[in-house]
Amino acid sequence: MNARAPTPVKAVVNESGIEVQPLYTAADVEASGGLAMLGEPGQYPFTRGIHPLMYRKQPWTMRQYAGFGNPRETNQRFKYLIANGQTGLNVAFDLPTQIGLDSDDPLAEGEVGRVGMSIDTLRDFEVAFDGIDLDKITVSLTINGAAAILIAMYLAMAEKRGYDLKKLRGTAQNDILKEFIGRGTWVFPVQPSIRLVGDTIEYCAEHAPKYSPVSVCGYHIRESGATPAQEMAYAFCIAKAYADEVIARGLSVDEFAGRLSYNFNIFGNIFEQVAKFRAGRSLWAKIMKEQYHAQEPGSMWLRMIAGGGGGGLTFEQPEVNIVRGAYYALISALSGAQTMALCSYDEAYTIPTEYSARISLRTMQLLIEEMGLAETVDPLGGSFYVETLTNQMRAKMEEIMVQTDAEGGIVKLVSEGIIQSRVSAQAYQMQRNIESGAFPKVGVNRYRNEQEDEHPVEFHPYNEDDARTQVQGLNRVRSERDAAQVETALARIRADAQEGRNVMPALMAAVKAYASVGEMTRELVKVFGRYREPIRF
Amino acid sequence: MKTVSEDKRIRVLLAKPGLDGHDQGAKVVVRAMMDAGFEVIYTGLRQTPEQVARIAQEEDVDVIALSSLAGSHLPFCRKLKPMLEANGLTDKLWVIGGNLPAQDHQQLHDLGFKGIFPTGSRLDAITSYIRENAP
Repeated sequence: MNARAPTPVKAVVNESGIEVQPLYTAADVEASGGLAMLGEPGQYPFTRGIHPLMYRKQPWTMRQYAGFGNPRETNQRFKYLIANGQTGLNVAFDLPTQIGLDSDDPLAEGEVGRVGMSIDTLRDFEVAFDGIDLDKITVSLTINGAAAILIAMYLAMAEKRGYDLKKLRGTAQNDILKEFIGRGTWVFPVQPSIRLVGDTIEYCAEHAPKYSPVSVCGYHIRESGATPAQEMAYAFCIAKAYADEVIARGLSVDEFAGRLSYNFNIFGNIFEQVAKFRAGRSLWAKIMKEQYHAQEPGSMWLRMIAGGGGGGLTFEQPEVNIVRGAYYALISALSGAQTMALCSYDEAYTIPTEYSARISLRTMQLLIEEMGLAETVDPLGGSFYVETLTNQMRAKMEEIMVQTDAEGGIVKLVSEGIIQSRVSAQAYQMQRNIESGAFPKVGVNRYRNEQEDEHPVEFHPYNEDDARTQVQGLNRVRSERDAAQVETALARIRADAQEGRNVMPALMAAVKAYASVGEMTRELVKVFGRYREPIRF
Repeated sequence: MKTVSEDKRIRVLLAKPGLDGHDQGAKVVVRAMMDAGFEVIYTGLRQTPEQVARIAQEEDVDVIALSSLAGSHLPFCRKLKPMLEANGLTDKLWVIGGNLPAQDHQQLHDLGFKGIFPTGSRLDAITSYIRENAP
């Protein structure tokens, strides 16, 4: 098109609600706020990256989500991924583990080992991580409702193997507020759940200062229907709620903020996503500096895993998801993520096979080895479009955060089901737009194959024997452990929860006595009760 | 205030069976059903077969709908079927949607789930099917 005599063009508005122009110039950058928030990589406000050299010094960590069946099978998958060049682990737990049930619980029937690895006691963790050097491979635990227990288990396992907890790195998801919005593996009501997050942050700040006890997930809020701007704004509101909880206990912001991390989603418009991450980095730095008076640069860093993209992948023409995944990985690299993971192309059907997981891994490796994505910091910096959009996305996120506070704050809005209802209404509208063709989706409402292949993907088999083996293992541990020691440890959990003490020391003691996830959860439920979901449409 | 036509509205129970927490799709379908004029009772997460059978009976629904994304649909439906039968709900329309591999469809059908809506189903296909097949 000719810039001097523009032909009329149809308005384009991105998902976050920002109108996209056919051409950007220096004047657009100026009008959106200029380059005041740009800065240098590694310097406040970190728009261009949290480190001066970014991937030139160290490429992103590759951390595919993996886990299924029993700990022995998962250990083999971990070793397969590491042998294929994966540099971190991201552990998938089965649903009983995620919500604090033992594998012999009647409610766990048919679910043990199905969508992740089954964990009952410390013995299972010893098997799952056998032969894996926890100094070389950092481990991320995707656990929320039962996070305090599984963090205790991980720390106890590492300690038993001789690692110094003061140096141990790793991450737990442990973001319960987003779990109430989407994903749904909650256990306890909202307030005690936040208290438990506070307990883990406080405990790790003292005993495992390099461990990241929380990874705040915009990811699942986006999956539930949020726009990219809402994804990040709500995540920041949630992170602030956890920070406030810990500060109220007397910790200073610099004692824990450096270990807060994030998990964000990537699908949709490339430039909107890149601008989201650049804007988010500077907004979080500004919040930590101006609202929380952080002194340490590390406290202002938006450290993140970015990728996934499940919401962007399609059931139709699943092999095309390999290409989508490649673009998502490209976006993640252009955005300066610390860690990357991709949903595999078959995830609308099944949990990934070795084959599909390896394709995801190779996708990320290609960017480093062949495409030059690890050579230069923030390669889109200075683009008129990206800089303008970065300013606009930052303004949009700030607006959403201000509105959230004006409505009573994120904790209240989540407790009452208001955020859930809002994003669900958006998800419904998006589904309608996809079905009408108003929102283009290749293979779904464009270039659709009416005759889909019968079996386009290979299914990961579910082995019913795994549940039996797992229950047998649990029974063996129960018969071998010191029953009196377990009783004492469980009573201490209950007492500490009741009397408002940090429950982590009691959980550490119980884990080391080989108490089970279900037993420990029951003690906490006796004191805290269970969450009741607000149903609101 | 209820009008006569509202009294005849199709009543649907939409349940999330088992431990699966993926409710984005279920909530989207609830909204589509409400827009289609159905009366919808949404259970929220983590319903046991006993709970689904009890609520379906107490609420006197015409349609019992499940949304399952985490792969445990067959063991769940095997347990649910006799409970629905025991509660005298065999004449109701049983439907299921979600992550349901094609290889499982015949078994689900044999368990009494006549409407099967795997990932990728259109909302209008679900609501039209219910309108045409609800008792």
